[in-house]
Amino acid sequence: MDLDPILLARIQFAANISFHILFPTITIALGWVLLFFKLRFNATGDVAWMDAYKFWVKVFALSFALGVVSGVVMSFQFGTNWPGFMERVGNVAGPLLAYEVITAFFLEASFLAIMLFGYGRVSNRIHTLATVLVAGGTTLSAFWILVLNSWMHTPAGHEIRDGVVYAADWWAIVFNPSMPYRLAHMLLASGLTVAFLVAGLSAWRWLRGDRAPGVLKALRTGVVMGAVLIPAQILAGDLHGLNTLQHQPQKVAAMEGIWETERGAALRLFAIPDEANRTNRFEVNIPYLASLILTHRMDGEIRGLNEFVGEHPPVAPVFYAFRVMVGIGMLMLLVSWWGAWVLWRRGVTPWLARALVGMTFSGWVATLAGWYVTEIGRQPWLVTGILRTGEAAGPVAATTIMGSLLMYLLIYVALLAAYIGTLMHLARRPTAPEPEELGRRDPLRPIVPAE
Amino acid sequence: METLPDGAWLPITFAVLLAVAMLLYAILDGYDLGVGVLLRATGEEAQRDRMIASIGPFWDANETWLVLGVGLLLVAFPVAHGMILTALYIPVALMLAGLVLRGVAFEFRAKAPEPQKPKWDVAFQMGSILAAFSQGWMLGSYILGFDPSWPAFAFSLLVGVFTVAGYTLVGACWLVWRAEGELQLRAARWARGALYATWAGVLVVSAATPLASPRIFERWFSMPEALMLAPIPLATGALFLVLHIFLRRFPRVDHSLDWVPFAATAAIFVLCFQGLAYSFWPYVVPEQVTIFEAASAPESLLIILFGAAAVLPMIFLYTFYVWRVFGGKAQDLKYY
Repeated sequence: MDLDPILLARIQFAANISFHILFPTITIALGWVLLFFKLRFNATGDVAWMDAYKFWVKVFALSFALGVVSGVVMSFQFGTNWPGFMERVGNVAGPLLAYEVITAFFLEASFLAIMLFGYGRVSNRIHTLATVLVAGGTTLSAFWILVLNSWMHTPAGHEIRDGVVYAADWWAIVFNPSMPYRLAHMLLASGLTVAFLVAGLSAWRWLRGDRAPGVLKALRTGVVMGAVLIPAQILAGDLHGLNTLQHQPQKVAAMEGIWETERGAALRLFAIPDEANRTNRFEVNIPYLASLILTHRMDGEIRGLNEFVGEHPPVAPVFYAFRVMVGIGMLMLLVSWWGAWVLWRRGVTPWLARALVGMTFSGWVATLAGWYVTEIGRQPWLVTGILRTGEAAGPVAATTIMGSLLMYLLIYVALLAAYIGTLMHLARRPTAPEPEELGRRDPLRPIVPAE
Repeated sequence: METLPDGAWLPITFAVLLAVAMLLYAILDGYDLGVGVLLRATGEEAQRDRMIASIGPFWDANETWLVLGVGLLLVAFPVAHGMILTALYIPVALMLAGLVLRGVAFEFRAKAPEPQKPKWDVAFQMGSILAAFSQGWMLGSYILGFDPSWPAFAFSLLVGVFTVAGYTLVGACWLVWRAEGELQLRAARWARGALYATWAGVLVVSAATPLASPRIFERWFSMPEALMLAPIPLATGALFLVLHIFLRRFPRVDHSLDWVPFAATAAIFVLCFQGLAYSFWPYVVPEQVTIFEAASAPESLLIILFGAAAVLPMIFLYTFYVWRVFGGKAQDLKYY
């Protein structure tokens, strides 16, 4: 069997980054949710908020550990699989990655220790501050990595001498054209993932009979958070799409499955893109809608894939992934608004709880689908217009990559199963308001007396 | 002394930063990995929990030095980064698998259902051994300039074994410092076992490095350099002797000097590192690429240096703070 080392290296990188992104997607927003629980507790003295904090900080710690270790793998794979990337664009990518390490990683890692184990050793105020710093650190980390990713999509602020990229204007590099949209879209995706995770796992605990006030508070927080964030996400996604149309029209053409440049393009609800014959089969259309959404005009022109022959991404995966992402977004809108209404009128009902349980990991699926749209959609470029993916690959033999790929896959599947299993195990344990020595050594502020 | 190219201070600064990050990693995550290697040397669960508790608040930040190290290599010497990491593809992949297992086992052993705990202990230990061994393998391969021959491969694996011993030593000394009672006594015994293996390892590597390269031989054994360099091996030997004597003295009534073995081991790491750095200067890929040839564009290096100068003092400050909060003998860690 002939194995293509470039394809294998891509599969390996895709596997690693897909596994990795699951966990930052949780920790970025969960840090802020924890801070919310903590501040509510500080303000009201209601132990139920602390119960919620205590449960979710464990989920945070577990997700954080998985994010850290898979992130370390990523940092090495730049060198082992894509040496050409750093050789060609290292002058831009390097400083951005370095800033992520020095401004975010050490901060998160150090204050996570205080956040997890520091209670009773530091004052409540310092503990709250540690929660702020950890949440800020994860968000800062997301900022730097999305700056780099956006620059790879829409490079700016650089000059090329002898094929090597040099930084000319750091301001333009950081605030490159797609960065604000991509960052907002990703942060909101993280918020929605966490909203449905928190709501779903809490609903599962509720269904199993755990009616502790902390469980209800978390459930409510999740549903309200989802209901508030989803319209913002739809707006951000729309703006991001317009931005992509401007800078990477071939990606939008693939997302929409539009082969010929046309005015008043229809929205393909469903189709099977046939790249060999450069057409779609089994199309289900809504006339004019694609033009209306993308250009905000009924007869707006959308350039088709045939204008970019040899320069556009594989159509089918982008096309399908985009539909998965949008479909889940619509489902999120429905469930969270309906859920908010039910909660407001009647409180938790078994049907609501079941629906929320079903949506527990919906954010993961939508986020992955979204990343596939944007990353596969960038192909055949690694850095748009500057570096093709194939040019960046290293000289490593296909069999070696295959071997390590199998090893990584095995580990990732096992860890994902262990992660979900452990979340469910944690959720099965009833909330026991243990008479904790919370804040025992806290000179600043006596906390709620143990019950 | 060779004359330095213009603007040499930037690559030199980054080489020093890179070296410091790697050295800090070897000492700091070295003790985490060493504790991991030793985890199942005791069958008592309470002792295992205490061992984990002694490193729990630190390991994540400790491991970050590795990310910074490889990041600096990538940023400052991109050509070398690609050459080194593709040459070390297999040990890097194994190390990453080890670090993944070790890192997640921390969390899973505390949170997964009770019957799974022993399995995560195995994952913790195997991950730690695999990571330590692969790092030694990389060091061995690096020392011989990525020579692909079989004897060179065997040597790399041998260095891997010695590295496991060295990390076990620093891990055991960490426990001597941070543990009490029965566990401390066991740690002192473990440390003595690891001490002699580490000693052998240092001798083998010190002999192999100059033999592998006439340039390095020349650098160490020509006069008057040989005399000026003599303090490095002499001090290393003296520290081994101190450890040999001091570790026999446990249990001690007075706990005020429990940190001494750890400090002595850390000092040995520093000296060995200094020796290696002296040998390989100014190469970043041994005998092939110098730091000056591999360096990135100055404007990119400057912007990183600017950031590092602003942020590194803060990192040291809050690292110091965390060390103070979790100082002294390890207590049970309680997630709350």
